[in-house]
Amino acid sequence: MNQSAAIVEIRNLGYTVNGRPILSGLDMHIARGGVTAVMGPSGTGKTTLLRLITGQLRANSGSIVVAGQDMRTARRADLYVLRRRMGMLFQSGALLTDLSVFENVAFPLREHTNLPQRLIRQLVLTKLQAVGLRGAAELMPSELSGGMNRRVALARAIVMDPEILIYDEPFVGLDPISLGVILRLIRRLNDALGITSVVVSHDVREISSVADQVFLLSGGKVAAHGTPADLESFPSDIVRQFIGGLADGPVPFHFPAPDYFGQLLSRDRRGVARPEAR
Amino acid sequence: MNILAELRLTVVESLSELGAMAHFLLRLLAACPRALLKVDLITKQIYNCGALSLVIIMLSGLFVGMVLGLQGFELLQRFGSEEALGTAAAIGLVKELGPVVTALLFAGRAGTALASELGLMRATDQISAMEMMAVDPIRRVVVPRFLGGVISMPLLAAIFSVIGIYGAQLVGVQFMGVDSGSFWSQMRSGVGLRDINEGIVKSCIFGVFCSLIAVYEGYYATPTAEGVGRATTRTVVTSAVVILFLDYLVTAAFL
Repeated sequence: MNQSAAIVEIRNLGYTVNGRPILSGLDMHIARGGVTAVMGPSGTGKTTLLRLITGQLRANSGSIVVAGQDMRTARRADLYVLRRRMGMLFQSGALLTDLSVFENVAFPLREHTNLPQRLIRQLVLTKLQAVGLRGAAELMPSELSGGMNRRVALARAIVMDPEILIYDEPFVGLDPISLGVILRLIRRLNDALGITSVVVSHDVREISSVADQVFLLSGGKVAAHGTPADLESFPSDIVRQFIGGLADGPVPFHFPAPDYFGQLLSRDRRGVARPEAR
Repeated sequence: MNILAELRLTVVESLSELGAMAHFLLRLLAACPRALLKVDLITKQIYNCGALSLVIIMLSGLFVGMVLGLQGFELLQRFGSEEALGTAAAIGLVKELGPVVTALLFAGRAGTALASELGLMRATDQISAMEMMAVDPIRRVVVPRFLGGVISMPLLAAIFSVIGIYGAQLVGVQFMGVDSGSFWSQMRSGVGLRDINEGIVKSCIFGVFCSLIAVYEGYYATPTAEGVGRATTRTVVTSAVVILFLDYLVTAAFL
């Protein structure tokens, strides 16, 4: 892998909340172009990592450089300059509910450019055509289904022609058809626009079908890294548990609790005795 | 000892909250010049905060004025000076009831709407999405709402007072038989520019504080259903206390 072509370079990254480490000693190298998936069990720090990459959170230790910008020292103005080159698709779509579909997609253009109305219209319609929703331009976000909502958000994310496009759990709550549509769009937009895509997701099978490389996080570190095919034969219990969807393994099924029979037989009248270790 | 420690914690927390709010106000003021360029956004918020509050303000003004007319008449009649009803009602409305009741109603109607709207925007990632699009949400979302409230409040207070005076006149002159000529002429001679200025200053100050509290509580609401609910409640409670406290201060300053 060509080190100089990295768009996201993370070394020994550490992030703690109230003294509790969320990420520690994390290394990651995301090359320009291609689709990179970040996977891992819930609560392992995927969304935190994404917020660190986009500068919504600041790391406590290590280094994180995105498109040449050191995110640990970036000022607010630097972040805003960098974010003009980034697009992000939120899990909920995060469309502005008081604007129509057309105005939502036009929003970044109206805020950042002085393009004539005619050009804005053409750009917005082009992007809506790319996600198959040109006909829904006049609808309000409340009139869209979950899948359509996310496709509009995707059109908005690409309207400024970003260099890097970040997806936060893009498949959550979608029916198989919408899921397939989003999946194909991720690959198609990546190749057609020549951008870098970073997808945070739990959906192993789906994301493996479009990702070029996968990082599997566990316990705030990278547990495995490689192509989707590499990961299937990766010699690690956590990877096997995650890829195979096994209920028990290094990630336990049970949340820490006091002894089961002891609690059933105890005279404590409370419904639930809270475990000591939280 | 425990009570003292808790009291100390409460005082420290309240002071830090006050500091955070002052800092937020400075951020709003710094973003104002650029936000003023987008006149359409501010106009929309004046409509949301002001025009949509008109019905409740006008109805309340009418009833408050009618009660004032009735009580004032009853009291003044004892001294045989019911002609002074116009002055009493106008002074009461323009200096006190107009600004204060309008601000309390504003906090209940527009303040809660602002806080819950901003809180829900935070909860549904709309604020984060704007930040990710390199659009400052303070400038794009918060300042227009703040300015909408600040501009609307004195206008609403003025409308409240005018309708209130009409209500007092309705009861005093039409129902109770006070002489119409003395009602209006005594009002004209008894109410000075200083009284009107006091009302204007009060409603402007209440406008700034009510809008600030609403947008602050909404913008920093915990992004959950419970958090948004708490933000709207805090908006009303904090606004009410602050309005009544500031009312005393401004009244004292004008004496």
